[in-house]
Amino acid sequence: MTAAPTDDAPDVQFGWTGLRDGYLRCVPVALGVAGYGVVFGVLAREAGLSVAEATLMSATVLAGAAQLIAVELWADPVPVATVVGTVLVVNLRYVLMGAALRPWFRRLSPRQAYASVFFTADENWALTMGELRSGSRQGAFLLGSGLAIWSFWVAATVVGATAGGVVGDPARYGLDFALTAVFLTIAVDLWEGPSTAVPWGTAAVVAVLTEALLPGRWYVLCGALAGALTVVIRRDA
Amino acid sequence: MTRDPLALAPLTVGVVLAMAVATYLTKAGGLWVLGRVDLPDRAERALDALPGAVVVSILAPAVVTADPPTWLAAGVVVIAARRTGRVLVALLFGVGAILLFRGVL
Repeated sequence: MTAAPTDDAPDVQFGWTGLRDGYLRCVPVALGVAGYGVVFGVLAREAGLSVAEATLMSATVLAGAAQLIAVELWADPVPVATVVGTVLVVNLRYVLMGAALRPWFRRLSPRQAYASVFFTADENWALTMGELRSGSRQGAFLLGSGLAIWSFWVAATVVGATAGGVVGDPARYGLDFALTAVFLTIAVDLWEGPSTAVPWGTAAVVAVLTEALLPGRWYVLCGALAGALTVVIRRDA
Repeated sequence: MTRDPLALAPLTVGVVLAMAVATYLTKAGGLWVLGRVDLPDRAERALDALPGAVVVSILAPAVVTADPPTWLAAGVVVIAARRTGRVLVALLFGVGAILLFRGVL
C-alpha cells in the first residue's frame, strides 16, 4: 500500500528517541508496577511455583491481573484448561486496546508493530494513548514504555519470589488473605458506578451457585461470562 | 514447601507458555482484526465488562464461604482502596486487619 499525502493516517516515526522517551516517561509508573510485582512473586511462590517459573511467567505473559488469577487457580495437578481459558477471557480487553492503536500503528512495519504490542500493559498503553493523541508521532513510545514496565515487573517478580520462599507458614503473617485483598483492590479500581452493579451482581450469584454445583474452578468462567452477557442483553432492551 | 528456586517443571512451563500465547493473541488480535471488521458496540461493552466480572467471580465464593474476620478485613481493604487508590497500601491494611480480627474474634 502506498500512502498518498492526503492519507489521514498520522505520519508516525519509529526510532530511538521515541523508545528512550517512552522508557523514561514510564519509569515512575513502572516503580508502582514493581511494588505489585513483588506481591505477585510472593503469591506465586506460595502457590507452589519456583522462582524460575514465576519469573518465566512474568517475562512471557506480562499481564498482571491474568497472572494473579493464574496463581489463584493454581493447584496440583494444574487445571490447564481453566487456567489458560480464564487468562484468555480476562485478557480480551487487550483486543480493544490494540484496536485503539491501529490509526498510528498502520504506518509502522509489521515487525515493529507486532513486537511492540507484546509489551502492552494497562499502564503503558494508557500513557502511550495520551502521548499519541496529544499529537506525538513517536511510534516506538509503546515499545519504550513497555520495556520499562517489563524490566521492572520481571525484576520485582524475582525479588518477591525469592523473599516468598523464606516466609514459612503464610497464614501466620496473614498472607493467605493477601490474594483476596489484591483482587478486592482490583475490583474497587474497576468499579464504574451503579451501571457496574448488574453485571457484577449476576457474576457473583452465578459464581456462588456454580461453585456449589460443579467441581473444580468452572465458577470463574461461568460467573464471568454470565456477568458480561448481562451487558449485552441490557443493550438490546 | 521446599522447591528448588530454579526448578522448571515441564507441565508448569507448558502452562506458562500457553498463557503467554493466549495473552499475545489478545494483544496482537486487536491490531490485526479490528481494522477489518467493525465490532458491535455491545460486544465492545461485554469485553470491557469481562475483567471485573472475572475478579468478582473469583471473589464471591471465596468471600461468601469465609469467616467473620475475613468479611471484616475485606471491608477494610475496600475502604482503604477507595480512599488511597493504592494496591500496596490497601494490601498492608488488609493483612494487618486480618491478623487483628483473627486475634480478637
